[in-house]
Amino acid sequence: MTTTEPLRTVDVPPHVADNPRLGQWISFPDDLSPDAVGVRIGKVELGQGIVTALAQVAADALALPVAQVRMLNAHTGLGPDEGLTAGSLSMVQAGPALRYVGAVVRDLVARVADDHPGASFVDVARTLDPATDLATWEPRTDQPPVRRVVGTDLPRLDLPDKVLGRPRYLADLRPAGLRYGRALRPPSFGATLVDVDAAKVEGLQLVRDGSFVGVVAATEAEADAALVRLREATTWDERDLLPDEHDLTTFLKAGPHDDIPVLDEPDAPAPTHTATYTRPFLAHASIAPSCGLARWSDDGTTVHVWSHSQGIHNLRAAIATSLGLDAAAVTVEHVENAGCYGHNAADDAAFDAVLLARSVPGTAVQVRWSRRDELAWGPLASAMVADLSATLAGGRVTGWRHDVWSQGHSSRPGYGGGTPGLLAGQHRADPDPSPAAGDPPPDRGGGTTRNAVPIYDVGPRSIAGHRLSASPLRTSAMRALGAYLNVFAIECFMDELAEQAGTDPVDFRLAHLADERARAVIERARDGSGWGTPLPDETGRGIGFARYKDRGAWCAVVAEVTVDHEVRVRRLTIAVDVGLAVSPDGVRNQIEGGATQATSWTTRERVRFDRRRVTSDDWETYPILRFSEAPLVDVHVIDRPDQPSLGAGEAAQGPTAAAIANAVHAALGVRVRDLPLTADAVVRAIEQAE
Amino acid sequence: MTTPFTVNGRDVTVDAQPDTPLLTVLREDLGLLGSRFGCGLGLCGACFVRLDGHVVPACDTPLWQAEGKDVVTVEGLSEPGHAHPVQQAILDRQAAQCGFCISGIVVNAATLLDEQPDADEEDVVAALDRNLCRCGVQRRIVDAVLAARSGAASS
Repeated sequence: MTTTEPLRTVDVPPHVADNPRLGQWISFPDDLSPDAVGVRIGKVELGQGIVTALAQVAADALALPVAQVRMLNAHTGLGPDEGLTAGSLSMVQAGPALRYVGAVVRDLVARVADDHPGASFVDVARTLDPATDLATWEPRTDQPPVRRVVGTDLPRLDLPDKVLGRPRYLADLRPAGLRYGRALRPPSFGATLVDVDAAKVEGLQLVRDGSFVGVVAATEAEADAALVRLREATTWDERDLLPDEHDLTTFLKAGPHDDIPVLDEPDAPAPTHTATYTRPFLAHASIAPSCGLARWSDDGTTVHVWSHSQGIHNLRAAIATSLGLDAAAVTVEHVENAGCYGHNAADDAAFDAVLLARSVPGTAVQVRWSRRDELAWGPLASAMVADLSATLAGGRVTGWRHDVWSQGHSSRPGYGGGTPGLLAGQHRADPDPSPAAGDPPPDRGGGTTRNAVPIYDVGPRSIAGHRLSASPLRTSAMRALGAYLNVFAIECFMDELAEQAGTDPVDFRLAHLADERARAVIERARDGSGWGTPLPDETGRGIGFARYKDRGAWCAVVAEVTVDHEVRVRRLTIAVDVGLAVSPDGVRNQIEGGATQATSWTTRERVRFDRRRVTSDDWETYPILRFSEAPLVDVHVIDRPDQPSLGAGEAAQGPTAAAIANAVHAALGVRVRDLPLTADAVVRAIEQAE
Repeated sequence: MTTPFTVNGRDVTVDAQPDTPLLTVLREDLGLLGSRFGCGLGLCGACFVRLDGHVVPACDTPLWQAEGKDVVTVEGLSEPGHAHPVQQAILDRQAAQCGFCISGIVVNAATLLDEQPDADEEDVVAALDRNLCRCGVQRRIVDAVLAARSGAASS
């Protein structure tokens, strides 16, 4: 900022400092009702309900009924750049920003209200200069805080359209003259396009750039038919690039690695116990395939993109970098699509649309991926392996070591110092570089080593990550990143140590745990679950706990699991502390959904591949949890109205996995340390134990 | 090639290849966007419609199969502007996250309650086992369908 900052009593939230124009946050589009204020944020709706929760914050910040607040979609040209909608940070980052913006607006309106006798708050707000610099304006602190809808269960603003079957998703946009595009993905990773038989594609509107090839057609049916013809007309050069799917531990440990030192505390005693825990590659498996829509200007110099990306500003920069354009030539606006749990193929589909639409300037082109491409070509969540060891002396843990091997957990657009990171960019004649995925920085929780440091008092600790610096498999961020495996490993290992010590697993944890909020969620989950009461045969209870990213929500899960011919998770009792729960039912819904999805990962899911391609590319080969397999989930929200709000979307994943595995042990007496906990994995563990 | 059938009680005639998926015809030719494209393989249920009373995936149903038949989509379950009791119960319980699977679930559940107004939890779960939900809202949805039983019976 170039202006002189006055002494202030209220810190400017970082997202306001980065986006100081009033008009970025507050605006009054033509179609807005006269009594409403338009609020534009940079965070986006992924199905998690964040836009409604932030509407609650905005309404209270502006001291308006929520019906007079209209949330406007994120837009690179019009709204604030709030980075990614990721990391359970939306409420942490956008909440304070909206409170600040609201306070300034109320202050500005109050100062000029006398000049507008009889005018309403909104009427006066409409007269404010959109160029007002929020960051240099100090809101008066004598304004009484307003809390009318924060902390209440406001029904989601977006759900009526979605539940009543109205057009709402990106795939439903039908701008005038819309055409339909399809990109033909290569038959396998690393394949290069040798030839397109011209005779077989005669009459098709083809776009080819190196090994990127696609079609544009007037209707969806024609586009699908054209894609079939195109596939039959292409010849590819393929290679075996992928590792042995049955020996991922060897693959992950072979390197080369970037080592990530986390902690190396001296004087650790020799370990008395060791164990190894693994997870396979996982897929996002969103219920809709990704979609993108793009329209170039008539003169082909600028492009407007509609995307369900988690980071529209990063996407904009990536498109500009890949095509050698000025960023000002690219505009991206967010439109909702199906549920998003991390860096999926949304950005890739947007770039496909950009490349295909360039052949028809002035015309919008929609690209919708196929289910098979979505499961096979979207970024995967990395397989991981963790070796744990610890020293147990006198019933207490007195030393701890945790080494984790993984691919990176972020190859989002812009990663690695500005790599576009868009799939089609890797296939073009002049390909974008495609370095291996990295990890978010430690101050954002890391990736491979996320939650690798136990919260417990375990004596000297040695914690390190080992991230593959090259791989043929494309990986990126998926819900909880490395925390899912690291928490699974730590919490299963704590159970194993408790067993060795002859102590109840809950008591063992509490004996090593000083953090009061941690103790509170564990005790609430224990008390709510009937811990210690008798269960039927082949049924057991297990507990898992973590504080997400060491600075986020506290979450404890007790799972009740029956193991007959397979692992059946009957009930999850969960206690969570997210500080002030802006939307208590929204928190419950996120925890229920996160725990249920984690149950699916933990008991069912594994990306399959041969030496060339992902072979788990439909719902039969990549099965996810069905209705008959979904556990009952009982969520206890420990509300702390005086504490800052924390995100809820990723808190339950790791604890749920560990709780289920620990319950399997309680039911069968066998430790299953390799995910997923399928019947095969249980049988293998029994055989190894014998 | 024209194919006549009825959609939500309205007679329509569509000029399209007979093997065009019914879902494409509904969304692109008839502008009925409530049936969602989830997999195109008949495996997820996001595009469920009723075809002569049977719940079928529209993505995996060629247009010729609909000839002369009665198709009901999510838009046709209730009067325009009104929610079907299953939809109302889903909204009442906020039994959705991304909502993309909901249209097909509503069609499936509404059909079940039409045929079996006293369906119990086991019946609901068995019927909805043909639908996938990735956000993990299954239990809320089952509770909503059970709560909708009285409303569905009176509608």
